Amino acid sequence: MTDRHLLATFDYEEDLLAATDEVRHQGYRIVDAYTPYAVHGLDRAMGLRPSRLTWVCFLCGLTGALVALWFQHWTAATSWPLDVGGKPWNSLPSDVPVTFEMMVLLAGFGSVFALLGVSRLYPGKHARTPSIRVTNDQFVLVLDEAGSDFNLPSLVKLLEKHHVQNIEERLSADQASCCE
Amino acid sequence: MAKPLDTKLPTPLREPQIRPPQIRPPLVEGDKSLGDVTRDICKPLEATPTGLWYAALCVSLTALILGVTAVTYQIATGIGTWGLNKTVGWAFDITNFVFWVGIGHAGTLISAVLFLFRQRWRTAVNRSAEAMTLFAVMCAGLFPLIHMGRPWLAFWMAPYPNTRGPLWVNFKSPLLWDVFAISTYLMISAVFWYIGLLPDLATIRDRSLPGLRKKLTGLLCLGWNGSARTWHRYETVYLLLAGLATPLVFSVHSIVSMDFATGVIPGWHTTIFPPYFVAGAIFSGLAMVLTLMLVARKTMRLEQYITPLHIDRMCRLMLAMGSIVGLAYATEFFMAAYSGNPYEQFVFKNRALGPMRWAYWTMVCCNVVIPQLLWFRAVRSKLALVFVLSIVVNIGMWFERFVIIVTSLHRDFLPSSWAHYTPTIVEVATLVGSFGLFFTCFLLFCRVAPVIAMAEVKGVMGFRRPAPERDTQETAA
Repeated sequence: MTDRHLLATFDYEEDLLAATDEVRHQGYRIVDAYTPYAVHGLDRAMGLRPSRLTWVCFLCGLTGALVALWFQHWTAATSWPLDVGGKPWNSLPSDVPVTFEMMVLLAGFGSVFALLGVSRLYPGKHARTPSIRVTNDQFVLVLDEAGSDFNLPSLVKLLEKHHVQNIEERLSADQASCCE
Repeated sequence: MAKPLDTKLPTPLREPQIRPPQIRPPLVEGDKSLGDVTRDICKPLEATPTGLWYAALCVSLTALILGVTAVTYQIATGIGTWGLNKTVGWAFDITNFVFWVGIGHAGTLISAVLFLFRQRWRTAVNRSAEAMTLFAVMCAGLFPLIHMGRPWLAFWMAPYPNTRGPLWVNFKSPLLWDVFAISTYLMISAVFWYIGLLPDLATIRDRSLPGLRKKLTGLLCLGWNGSARTWHRYETVYLLLAGLATPLVFSVHSIVSMDFATGVIPGWHTTIFPPYFVAGAIFSGLAMVLTLMLVARKTMRLEQYITPLHIDRMCRLMLAMGSIVGLAYATEFFMAAYSGNPYEQFVFKNRALGPMRWAYWTMVCCNVVIPQLLWFRAVRSKLALVFVLSIVVNIGMWFERFVIIVTSLHRDFLPSSWAHYTPTIVEVATLVGSFGLFFTCFLLFCRVAPVIAMAEVKGVMGFRRPAPERDTQETAA
């Protein structure tokens, strides 16, 4: 990984998708891509693995359900058993609604906080965008110039085939300042 | 420091790519580019509000102030200011609670259930429907709080260690299930809405000039930069949230219905209640979304984003839900007749023919008879008519809850305790106040956040490189 990045700008998602796929298969290293909306198939084109956040969701949901179930059982049958309409103290069916709600609550919040944590999103964070138009109408592919086989002319040719609109070279540290 | 390369690029070769034939009408009309979408949707936020907006805000604020006055008065004086009596112990307040929770169901239906069913047209309406959900659930939550009479003791509903034993809350009570269901629903809806807003807040941040708006959106968008890695995780979490919110939306109104169904009152004690209430909730919620959308598309000039196609789909959904509700009304009557239980039979006869029959027949007309017009495409395409129909359904659904609650209670097992119920001015003012709160929140929302999810609309509008022959036509023109 070098600190020199090549930024290729596209106007259409189909160009970005095709270019990303081909660039990756040619062995160039993709740092990231920036798009105004979720482009379907870009994760496959970039070779991203399926997110493991589903596991976070499952574990948080499981924790929520188990804690809620245990707590209801403990309060109603152990801590202070109350006779409600002659029902058994440890009546399981009446615990189902709260158990379900707590499962959903913890699973939902757990996944969202995990997303924010893994993606390092927090209030007041200074956004590092390659161009202010990536949140509007532009698609940017960022490539790493590392490796002895990095061949600029052939890469430019490849990107041109996919209707690249602009090619720019930047130091990675400069990416943050460009949108100011 | 940016170092642009000295590579002068030739005009890209246009490969002949033909657009796929349009089988269905486009979701966004007017052949928009991505930039056009951003500009059109951000326009109402960046322009000064119209006179109509100010007028609407004045009316809503007046209603809200009326409500605040009424609530202050009834809390200071006591719940005796309501028209309740020994026989009718639940009436207006709980009707409003169930009504507002119901309204709140369409938002999650549109954002979660339709997302799972891959209904791409939802993107035009999901943002405002989710906002509507939040505000409606807030309004709903207020009614049980007011009903407590001593709302400052509301924290007693939370199971916290206390000095009274500790005496825990009763987890066997559907009213407590309600506390958990409604608060979970409110929090999950809020998170769903906010997560959906992140990319759009970043868009506003990047197009705003330095100032308060840029600072605030910069703070709230959490540093969103449109990175494909983040989008990838975001899509995963969005799907997970949709998967969680779908059973949640069904559970919430099922639990609300159990407030009644677990009671022994004839007319309440039926197993049909959970699906019946859920269908009714979605029905009323869709009607409210339609009311708001039809106003928003006209006043905010979003006709090309919320098209007659969207309205048509919403009408079809509403018709389906309304039909389920109609079937539930018929089933209730059949079950009462079939049960052989004289008390159950009496309640239903009393509903249709007793002193509250006006409320019952208003409900049937508004919810079952009039919505049948939606079978006709000619009706669904006349937006003014759809607007009137959506309001009719809202009135009908309010009456449904009133009928279920009051007619089941006012004539109970002992004729000596039969009573009539009339709401007092304080109760009516509280209902008006809740509408004031709802519309004030919604109007403010229209000013501070994009009412249409830009990032989602851009994803489904099928924006592609134009076909070469199209280019030639444009040049010739």
